[in-house]
Amino acid sequence: MKQFIEGSQAVAQVVKLCRPGVISAYPITPQTHIVEGLAKIVANGELKAEFVNVESEHSAASLVLGSVASGVRSFTATSSQGFLLMIEVLFNIAGMRLPLVMTCANRAISAPLSIWNDQQDSMTARDSGWIQLYAENNQEAADLHIQAYRISEDKDISLPVMVCMDGFILTHGAEVVDLPDQSEVDKFLPPFKLENKLDVEDPKTLGAFADPSYYTEARYGIQVANSNALEIIPKVSDEFKKIFGRATGGLVEGYKLEDAEQVIVAMGSIVGTIKETVDELRAEGKKVGVLKIITYRPFPVDAIYEALKDVREVAVLEKAVSMGYAGPLYADLKSAISCKSKINKISGFVIGLGGRDITKDSIRQVYSLLSGEEVRCEFIGLDPSFEGNG
Amino acid sequence: MKAKDIGIAKPGSSKANKTGSWRIESRPKFLQKDCIACNMCLLICPEGCITGKEKNGYICDYAYCKGCGNCAVICPKDDIDMIREE
Repeated sequence: MKQFIEGSQAVAQVVKLCRPGVISAYPITPQTHIVEGLAKIVANGELKAEFVNVESEHSAASLVLGSVASGVRSFTATSSQGFLLMIEVLFNIAGMRLPLVMTCANRAISAPLSIWNDQQDSMTARDSGWIQLYAENNQEAADLHIQAYRISEDKDISLPVMVCMDGFILTHGAEVVDLPDQSEVDKFLPPFKLENKLDVEDPKTLGAFADPSYYTEARYGIQVANSNALEIIPKVSDEFKKIFGRATGGLVEGYKLEDAEQVIVAMGSIVGTIKETVDELRAEGKKVGVLKIITYRPFPVDAIYEALKDVREVAVLEKAVSMGYAGPLYADLKSAISCKSKINKISGFVIGLGGRDITKDSIRQVYSLLSGEEVRCEFIGLDPSFEGNG
Repeated sequence: MKAKDIGIAKPGSSKANKTGSWRIESRPKFLQKDCIACNMCLLICPEGCITGKEKNGYICDYAYCKGCGNCAVICPKDDIDMIREE
């Protein structure tokens, strides 16, 4: 049913429909509304689950690690500093191959302190083994959570999935979202069964010591599961479309790519602004398109190559930077497709850090810079009075 | 073995892991002459492979003894010698 709803509440509603048995989180802006919503849902008896209040994000992540390990579908959510506090546990969850879904309400990282949006937090876990999906709008954020459980619990994947949604822009933004019925979700998402669960009848330890003759294989297994996910994620998206009647998810989404000579690549809510700008540029006769990365980990190299192989110039726009080099998406994309296609320019742009507004003018600025010399890590919208000497 | 099963340990794994193969230089010899049954060697053994109750009745299981020598150091009566591994 279509509802005018805040992004966080839409996520809380769909997580409820996925029937988690344990939810644990620690409040942090801009994630808080999601678990506040879920806390209310549990307290009202609308969802039979245990909502566990904890003293930190490290504990929240550890708690859901334990609940998933004992075979119960679980959920957590965080942002920014809380995300960083979870990170040790995030690696463990992936390493133990535990299917879990968490929301990262993307927010900047201290210092200086900022509660506003960018994607530097989730980028710190891109090497953890977690699957990362990025949502453009609230409908997609809601749908991706449902798909995330299916992807995560697939026996050929068995990895945690993080749904990343831009803090405030999506979490606090209200728009019309088509929320599914319980019966549809039940048809799409079977009950959770974990092969190697903690069980007093069959005691075992998870994540125990692996000496040098095993450790490499365990890590290789995560890499293989990620490759499997590249095959399975599009299938999950197709099946979602059959049941729910709309296409969301998958690896990448192209917009006006057919005859595009220049393409802007980005992920998250910024894609909406880029699409609008591209519409205007198209009206002016410019052959521009957009490539939205939905699945960032595993990195969909083939899908990206397929989308960009006939393109001349590519601009990568991102709300994160790997300090000392460039944006992580730029670096990944460049290594994946350069020398393989007709592309003669891949430029990287860093934009919208710490909640700096990204307007259509900012996108037009990127577009005009794309015609110039190739750049690796150009910051867009810097204050001109700032003395750029570090 | 599946990669996902690595790091999953069933009970009794310490018993399966015969750490005696780690011994390279020396092994404890329980002299059983001046032992006062203070139990210190049994308590300090990191492998828990020392058994005994009575005076001069303590012994270790060489299948698990790693040869760390802690028992010989802690023995107040110098009744445990570390001898060269043959």
